[in-house]
Amino acid sequence: MNQTLNEKQRWYWKKNIQLIIGLLIVWFLVGLGAGVLFAEPLSNVQFLNVSLSFWFAHQGSILVFIILILTYAIRMDKLDKQYKEMIKDGN
Amino acid sequence: MSVEVITIILVLITFAVYTGIGWWSRVRDTSNFYVAGQGVPTVANGAAIAADWMSAASFISMAGLVAFLGYDGTIYLMGWTGGYVLLALLLAPYLRKFGKFTVPDFIGDRFYSSGARAVAAVATIFISLTYISGQMRGVGIVFSRYLQVDIVVGVLIGMAIVGFFALLGGMKGVTWTQAIQYFVIIIAFLIPAFAISFQLTGNPIPQLAITSSDIVDRLGQIQVDLGMTEYMAPFTDLSMINVFMVTLALMAGTAGLPHVIVRFYTVKSVRAARWSAVWAIIFIGLLYLTAPAVGAFAKYNLIDTIADKPIEEVQSIEWVSKWETTGLLQLDDVNGDGVVNFTGGEDNEVSIDGDIIVLSTPEVANLAPFIIALVAAGGLAAALSTASGLLITMTSAVSHDIYYRIFNKSASESQRLRVGRITLLIALAIAAYVGINPPGFAGEVVALAFGLGAASLFPVILLGIFDKRMNKEGAVAGIIAGLSFTLIMIGAILSPSIFGTEAPILDSFFGINAQGVGVVGMILNFIVSFIVSRMTPEPPKDIQELIENVRAPEIDE
Repeated sequence: MNQTLNEKQRWYWKKNIQLIIGLLIVWFLVGLGAGVLFAEPLSNVQFLNVSLSFWFAHQGSILVFIILILTYAIRMDKLDKQYKEMIKDGN
Repeated sequence: MSVEVITIILVLITFAVYTGIGWWSRVRDTSNFYVAGQGVPTVANGAAIAADWMSAASFISMAGLVAFLGYDGTIYLMGWTGGYVLLALLLAPYLRKFGKFTVPDFIGDRFYSSGARAVAAVATIFISLTYISGQMRGVGIVFSRYLQVDIVVGVLIGMAIVGFFALLGGMKGVTWTQAIQYFVIIIAFLIPAFAISFQLTGNPIPQLAITSSDIVDRLGQIQVDLGMTEYMAPFTDLSMINVFMVTLALMAGTAGLPHVIVRFYTVKSVRAARWSAVWAIIFIGLLYLTAPAVGAFAKYNLIDTIADKPIEEVQSIEWVSKWETTGLLQLDDVNGDGVVNFTGGEDNEVSIDGDIIVLSTPEVANLAPFIIALVAAGGLAAALSTASGLLITMTSAVSHDIYYRIFNKSASESQRLRVGRITLLIALAIAAYVGINPPGFAGEVVALAFGLGAASLFPVILLGIFDKRMNKEGAVAGIIAGLSFTLIMIGAILSPSIFGTEAPILDSFFGINAQGVGVVGMILNFIVSFIVSRMTPEPPKDIQELIENVRAPEIDE
């Protein structure tokens, strides 16, 4: 019994890690990528009245950060639910 | 009624409200000291975290920093909000699951070592002290402007008020007070932002106006005309490697801020910790999305008001003369042509402290006196809410982690409380001293604090959760390597202001400046702790179970 519980916990942890890695890749690409590493090429791209890299550096990255944390909370709620159902089915 | 009188009345009203709420929630919560936040709804807790997080630096300084750095100001915008993503995803839920009271508690227990606990406690105290000095300075600036007193007197008044609220409320009253303070902060920030945005662009929503109008273009143009740097172009003030490194250092350093992490211990479940993080970032984001717009608008207005105008005309403007008396704005007609030369070169005659940008914005834009007063109250709320969180964190690091857990394990509740009160007073005195005497040194201390956080607390907490094999030996070696490298580098790069040498011992670490060098310390910490931990025995069974437990889902709420 204890063993199967650990197995489910491991599955939960793996899912959690996968989710975090996915979100952090977006975090890096948008923040340090679009805002810093690719700032020079993107500063030639016009976004409304500013350059695209300026928009990411001063507005877009923060918006994306908010969405990332929201996504994490929603997806983890779902994962918690799945986990609870697995426990119930296991019994 | 003059602006000053309205300001004092409004500030007194808000203080009365904070005191009242502190007293009210204190009465409700005395039954359970450590779970102050457990009866608080997630939204209110998120607002409290946001107020705790957003300091005088966010409210008073940030828009000014962005105004003067232009594009490169993103180091603060992204550094501080991006660090919050790391905190919300990588640290907060697990530390909540761990369920003890302080950050040194986690590090001491996880690495079964009093040494690690002591290092974590010292880092906590140092980081918090640095932070609180910034708050004192913010409070000092507000008082010196609106009471028209010297900044020293302003800081001392601020010290008395911060101490009064911290002693009165303690841990218990803080959450609700901070939630209310958030709304004072955000209203005070948004109202002038709407007004100035509408005035300059015809669009009242600053976040939209900054992209849909041509204001940034116009600002860039007049800046270039005056010989300053292009506002919208990246890397005019800092090189790309520095923008990258400093942003990353601020992110990792921010994620390890002990006074914010502590807020997640008081929510009622892991799920509540995650949703508190969501609300907090929404609340924080509201200010952080507005600040770059305010920075650009304020810079435009400022240049437009004073550049190339006759100096007598400029000095007769009321807000100019009042800020001049604080010493934070200085006009000096060096070439004697009777005109204010505001340029990016040698002939510049305007010396302006970035900290006055937000506070002076409503005056520069000729907004109603009530709004000017509101901004002052907002700046004070931002400084006070953060200062109270910091004081409690520092106090607990000394009285709980060092005194009780290491030196005197049989200390009674009242003994610990006494140690805490003494710590609080000493911390206040040091903070006030640094707030009064920041001779170019404050910026360096802040760099040190973030660098230290990035090189010490952040990697250790992260590895403690995500690397089960990480042991005491690895963690301690990693902290020592990361910390000593960062300290030596910052000391060498900033040697003129720290040790008084004529030239820096080291210009930079392969092009990385003192603010960003903490990232190298962090990487070093990761590498050293990984290697050492693999060469030494694995952590004991009960520690491995502790980690399993921190990672396991929470079934009952």
